[in-house]
Amino acid sequence: MGISNMYEEKNHKHENRFHYGQRNMWTGILFGFGVVAFIDEVIFHQLLHWHHFYDKSTANIGLVSDGLFHAFSFFATIGSAFLLADLHRKHGFWFKRWLGGILLGAGVFQLYDGIIQHKFMRLHQIRYNVDIVPYDLVWNVLAAILIVIGIALLLKTNQYKR
Amino acid sequence: MHAHEAHTQNFSIIVQLILVFPFIISFISYIIAVIISNQQKKQWPYFRTLSWILGHLCAILTLIGPLAEFAHVNFSAHMVGHLLLGMLAPLLIALSAPMTLFLRTIPVKMARFVSCILRNSYFKFLSNPITASILNVGGLWLLYTTPLFNMMHENSFLYILIHIHIFLAGYLFTIAFIYIDPTPHQRPYVFRSIVLLVALTAHSILSKYIYANPPNHVPSEQAEQGAMIMYYGGDVIEIGLVYILFYQWFKRTRCATFAKPLPIK
Repeated sequence: MGISNMYEEKNHKHENRFHYGQRNMWTGILFGFGVVAFIDEVIFHQLLHWHHFYDKSTANIGLVSDGLFHAFSFFATIGSAFLLADLHRKHGFWFKRWLGGILLGAGVFQLYDGIIQHKFMRLHQIRYNVDIVPYDLVWNVLAAILIVIGIALLLKTNQYKR
Repeated sequence: MHAHEAHTQNFSIIVQLILVFPFIISFISYIIAVIISNQQKKQWPYFRTLSWILGHLCAILTLIGPLAEFAHVNFSAHMVGHLLLGMLAPLLIALSAPMTLFLRTIPVKMARFVSCILRNSYFKFLSNPITASILNVGGLWLLYTTPLFNMMHENSFLYILIHIHIFLAGYLFTIAFIYIDPTPHQRPYVFRSIVLLVALTAHSILSKYIYANPPNHVPSEQAEQGAMIMYYGGDVIEIGLVYILFYQWFKRTRCATFAKPLPIK
């Protein structure tokens, strides 16, 4: 296969991406959600044991929120994987826009986890028996950075939308 | 004291046998049905037979033998049993498509009659994902947050009733969301996904609730361990359920990708 042929082939596979701009974004957002929840579970709950399974100071609304987001995280991961397969099937995958969605979704969920769930609902803290302020700062600033980069990527890919 | 223990021992063996009996009957009937229908029609998939065998193994392991007896005294073991009997066994049995096998084994006239019965409005109501979720997860809330859990261990009749309910509600729940067998009253994928999300949320909340508020007479250490088994073990099986639901959705929308709407005349 010649180089020009390969180039055409590559172009051909993403020919419909402008039609599926919104879908690329939402597929990314859902995946970002799932990824952050997974990292949270594996690293902070299971490996480091910083987060607690249940903190006796949790409010009832915290339990509901935790349950909902816990169930939603694997819904989002599996669902976004199938949506991604669907985008490829339709030749509509758009990497940059998808990545922007991932960063936005990841950032929003981390910020929600860091501010609403950890602080207002007192689900559990990031770590116990330490000064919590630097941990909270790093957690939430990181979330804000993810959101900013995500939005920038989404705006950039938005210009090309017809 | 000793006599009393021996009495409970005998009694619980009878209870175990009563619970296991229907599973053994259904296990054998399926195998016979596979043999009969293979002679007339094309080969029944091995995967389905295997799934049926594994599903029954899960259920029987929970209902009789060392795990069943240990579950009486230990809450963590009880939770493992709950996962096997109420979630994994129903999923495996649903995957083995028993109704499809039944309909293809019996004569056509009878099969038509049976499918006519399945189409009536009572089954329509039961197979609604909302009804199935309330029967399944609602039943669990009732069991673990009321004195029912203690009564179950004191009264054999309740014990049998609740275990039958856990299995049947689990099966109904599974087939309300994923359609392996012919399903007369199909619901839209979006609707099923939303109801499933709510039901799984209620399951996660219940396991954390048990962690904090153990059922009466359950030591808090066992309750905490049991709750975590319910939370994480439940996840594994739920992920399988969600995966199959979305996979069916993905396959269903394949044709829509290329099909163009017909011109209106």
